[in-house]
Amino acid sequence: MTVLTRRGRVGESATRVDGVPKVTGEYMYGSDLHAEHLLWGVTVRSPHASARICRIDVAGAARAAGVACVLTAADLPAARTFGLEFADQPVFADGVVRYSGEPVAVVAAETLEQAQLGADLVSVEYEPLPAVTDMEQALRPDAPLVHELGNVLRHVHIRHGDGADADAEVWVDGYYETAMQDQAALGPEGGLAVPAADGSVDLYVATQWLHVDRQQIALCLGLPEELLRITLAGVGGAFGSREDIHMQIHACLLALRTGRPVKIVYGREESFHGHVHRHPSRSWIRYGAMRDGRIVVADVRLLLDGGAYASSSGPVLGNAATFAAGPYEVPNVLVEATVVYTNNPPCGAMRGFGAPQVCFAYESAMDELAAKLGFDPLELRLRNAVRTGSVLPTGQVLEGPAPVREVVERCRAVPVPPEEPREGRDAIAYPGGAGNVGRGEALKRGVGYAVGFKNVAYSEGFDDAAEATVTLRPSAEGPVAVIRTAAVDYGQGLYTVLAQIARTELDVDEVVFEPSSTDSGSAGSTSASRQTTMSGGAVLGACREIREALVGGQLEEAISRTFTYHHRPTTGLDEEGQGRPHVSFSFAAVRAVVEVDEELGLVRVVQLAAAQDAGRVINPQGAEGQVEGAAAMGLGLALTEEIQLADGAIRNASFTDYLIPTILDVPPIVSEFVEEPEPDAPYGVKGIGELATVAVTPAVVAALRAATGRALNRAPVRPDDLVGIEPSLRTSGRPPVPDVPGQRPIPEYHGLGLGQQQLMKARE
Amino acid sequence: MSGPSPGTLAEALEARAAHPEAVPIAGGTDLMVAVNFGRLRPEALLDLSGIAELAAWQRRDGAVRIGAGATFAQIASDLGEFPPLVQAARAVGSPQIRHRATIGGNLATASPAGDALPVLATYGGDVLLASVRGERRLRWDEFLVAPKRTALAEDELIVGVEWPVVDGPGSFAKVGTRNAMVIAIASVSLQLDTQARRVCIALGSVAPTVVRAPEAEAFASDALDWDDPQRPLPETVAREFGALAAAAAHPIDDVRGSAAYRRRAVEVLARRALAWAVDDRRAAA
Amino acid sequence: MTVTTTVNGVECTVDVPPAASLLTLLRDELGLTGSKNACEQGECGSCSVWLDGELVCACLVAAVQADGRTVRTVEDLGGADRLHPVQEAFVAAGAVQCGFCTPGFVVAVADLLECDPHPSDDAIREALAGNLCRCTGYSKIVAAVHLAEGTAA
Repeated sequence: MTVLTRRGRVGESATRVDGVPKVTGEYMYGSDLHAEHLLWGVTVRSPHASARICRIDVAGAARAAGVACVLTAADLPAARTFGLEFADQPVFADGVVRYSGEPVAVVAAETLEQAQLGADLVSVEYEPLPAVTDMEQALRPDAPLVHELGNVLRHVHIRHGDGADADAEVWVDGYYETAMQDQAALGPEGGLAVPAADGSVDLYVATQWLHVDRQQIALCLGLPEELLRITLAGVGGAFGSREDIHMQIHACLLALRTGRPVKIVYGREESFHGHVHRHPSRSWIRYGAMRDGRIVVADVRLLLDGGAYASSSGPVLGNAATFAAGPYEVPNVLVEATVVYTNNPPCGAMRGFGAPQVCFAYESAMDELAAKLGFDPLELRLRNAVRTGSVLPTGQVLEGPAPVREVVERCRAVPVPPEEPREGRDAIAYPGGAGNVGRGEALKRGVGYAVGFKNVAYSEGFDDAAEATVTLRPSAEGPVAVIRTAAVDYGQGLYTVLAQIARTELDVDEVVFEPSSTDSGSAGSTSASRQTTMSGGAVLGACREIREALVGGQLEEAISRTFTYHHRPTTGLDEEGQGRPHVSFSFAAVRAVVEVDEELGLVRVVQLAAAQDAGRVINPQGAEGQVEGAAAMGLGLALTEEIQLADGAIRNASFTDYLIPTILDVPPIVSEFVEEPEPDAPYGVKGIGELATVAVTPAVVAALRAATGRALNRAPVRPDDLVGIEPSLRTSGRPPVPDVPGQRPIPEYHGLGLGQQQLMKARE
Repeated sequence: MSGPSPGTLAEALEARAAHPEAVPIAGGTDLMVAVNFGRLRPEALLDLSGIAELAAWQRRDGAVRIGAGATFAQIASDLGEFPPLVQAARAVGSPQIRHRATIGGNLATASPAGDALPVLATYGGDVLLASVRGERRLRWDEFLVAPKRTALAEDELIVGVEWPVVDGPGSFAKVGTRNAMVIAIASVSLQLDTQARRVCIALGSVAPTVVRAPEAEAFASDALDWDDPQRPLPETVAREFGALAAAAAHPIDDVRGSAAYRRRAVEVLARRALAWAVDDRRAAA
Repeated sequence: MTVTTTVNGVECTVDVPPAASLLTLLRDELGLTGSKNACEQGECGSCSVWLDGELVCACLVAAVQADGRTVRTVEDLGGADRLHPVQEAFVAAGAVQCGFCTPGFVVAVADLLECDPHPSDDAIREALAGNLCRCTGYSKIVAAVHLAEGTAA
């Protein structure tokens, strides 16, 4: 049992604090919760992408056996909409549905089966309306409007130097697409709402940010925030899909109405409809360079499909736009980036948050440019890479470490696995795996590289501070540190890292955690690779204050300190897209080695090597685990993962047809860390959870191009593309730049700001 | 429906006749998916998984008979003399699925993507059916009528499959977009019958049901050198065979793959399967 | 309908709807929430249990099919004070992140090591092809198997 007591300080591979209950099955996720006399809730959803609701008849459902309550928009007591940025998303569709899967009603019954039967009895009469299901169609003047304020949700314009007008000697001009990816966290949406006699509610839920949930839910319940207590239930992964509200408001409404606890859990099919997805993208990118390899112009038109409601599309677009020219010093940059509303399923936060889409485009374009210039692809990157002191297209100066050269060199130095013999392998060691499709025919190896970057923490002027309370308590066995934080650990190992920080700062071994709830102040979201920095900083600050209070003295009684950590301030973008929008940056280089069966177009990824700029690694084993998981997600977008839509309806809402990588699809992953400390960050850390997702997709596709010679301008790459059945995507040209009042999301100009914005701005 | 599940085939047939509303279930790997997704809400189930005689297999009079209840795990471990069948079994899902999924289930579900079905078709096998009224057998293509539709009567159960044992190498291969846990986009089963000097090939997932490719078979049966196992397979023969096999496919575009890719996959798999069979025959000689 | 089944050594009699799955019986009737429901169709392996000693997905077994049989779940492998070597190995190797897939993997790996005490990497991957993980990228899961084979009885 010795390994399980590896408590670990900063820099050591400490044992996960919640590992034991997870391996025994005792750890309780939102979908495992139980209460006496609970009711099960089931949601009724629209099959149509765009329709008027003519009539909803709940009488049949209300009469059904075991049904306790049926709610629709007609029953809403207070705010009728919610949203992370703008409250544009109805609790229940109100007169009109805007996407296939939109909630229309919810039914509570004694058993899950009775609730499902009751839901089937809710009778809704729809009048289908014209739907806009293509992001370029959405920009056309004759397109149906998803919302009255128009289909443009946000447009960002960035102009640096002479924009697109400068001269260059060599040009490449490419068009690239990425599909709608799903977070596909294994743990489905789930939670339990328990009403109290005084009209308050206790909500136990799997989520990413308790406080922004509470803000939205309370408004829709018509309750002051103090009467809604949210306690974190175990979260079975999230990757962005738990940032938005899912079952919370529905469950609380039912609980308040029936006076009984209500549990809602989504099945896998419903889960696809119940959370946001990654924005599909279309990129038109031109690089202009001099013959000596210096890139002098980057000209990007980017389009993202935001789906029916705003979610976090505004910040996703802002992020994507600021990274669209790549981690390269380019003196003249023009970026015109738009996210539109459509009647497709809403898109929002997913690991990478806009960075993966643009990385695929700029790294693909960089390889084209290298080929045209006759440069080695890595040498072209190194020739143009940003470094500390570089000026980014937004005018922001890269103040922290930017070890692009180092991550490239470390990645390149990882030994490439030797080529295996073609014949005589076990069947599963060929592309196609368990399908027995080959004995070594038509195998071709390819190697590809990509460099990516992204920000850490929130951007564009938001103050996403994090609070933590640390208590140092004497005990017979020695002092114990107690950490209270509302931060969510949905698997990345945040709590373990916080424990390591407390052990290091307070020189203790025992660290325990109080339950995460809204009893504490906000720790911000577990997203944006921010929590090690933000909650780590809060715990660090609290520990230091405890040490100061103890100086020279003994620990006689418990001493407690609460610390709120703020990152350095950022600004929004001015009318030319200039400002200091990001807190800090981190960089990664990835190499993919693939083997392709050229006749069947099937792929076996042989190795992924990822070198990442981590600032400081707190827990090496945990950091590797994060890179490995992020890499697998990037691999999924490269090869197999795509939400397929037909007229706005999801065709593959199951794990049979939405294919996440299995253990036979993900190769061994080698991770390397470059540690150049970030100034002003606790221990010099940067975030690590997202970068490999950003850079793996283009690396894999580059390797596939090397193996097959195909142009491949779309992710995921399908067998059709690899065997040449499917020609490269064509475009009819860049869509027009919309006329907008400014850089902010359009709803803001209509006075609709809410959600995260208000929460974070109010703290000033 | 109450009481213990049937322990013998006779009990099961009685129950089937007496309670036609009880949905038969063996491995449950197709049926329970429909139930879990709310697409099927049976009032009762007729559990066949406890009937030992349904899982048995035997060789007799130059034929092999495999009980409908034989799981793919059992097939993979016990039926090594039929490589195409074992390869199909190994290509099915995961160990968890293979421990439950049965060959009878593949037949009852009658999806053109069912992994054992092209193998059965290659062997020209029969499907054995029984009811309280007696037994009958249908040729595989008489049983598999249309996608997800069979000729099973309301009171019948599938009891097994039977096919004549042939001498010669063969294989099964299936294409999917990822390396495991896929429903076939296209599959091919091939068998050489060295006595009858015939090549048999069946295609899965590329037509409403599993189909044979008679023109391809006739061509290859004629073109192979049956007298000299050491003779390599000419490239032109392999290519023509592949092209003829692909021509026998009538695939559609669906969420899993395109028709064009399916045709290409069949052409490649058929060509490879024939080459492997010739190689295996040479190695055995 | 009534089902009598022996779960983790204890005989239980429960009433379930006619087509309920074994997974529903375990989770909702017996409160054994260690086995998870992540896909409802046997694709992900997070509901892996043993039925009469054989590794199966509980979501694909009808509860009635467990009547008169024995079921063994992750809860039987070990508790916090006495972990099974596979459970220890998963924690020690860093193979646990969100943990939702973990019980299914732990059962599947315990099953693998019973059949094949020293599996190759290829054998490990083929045996675990039906267990999906979204967090770890599988590398440390493979490492956990190797760690467990060294310490398993």
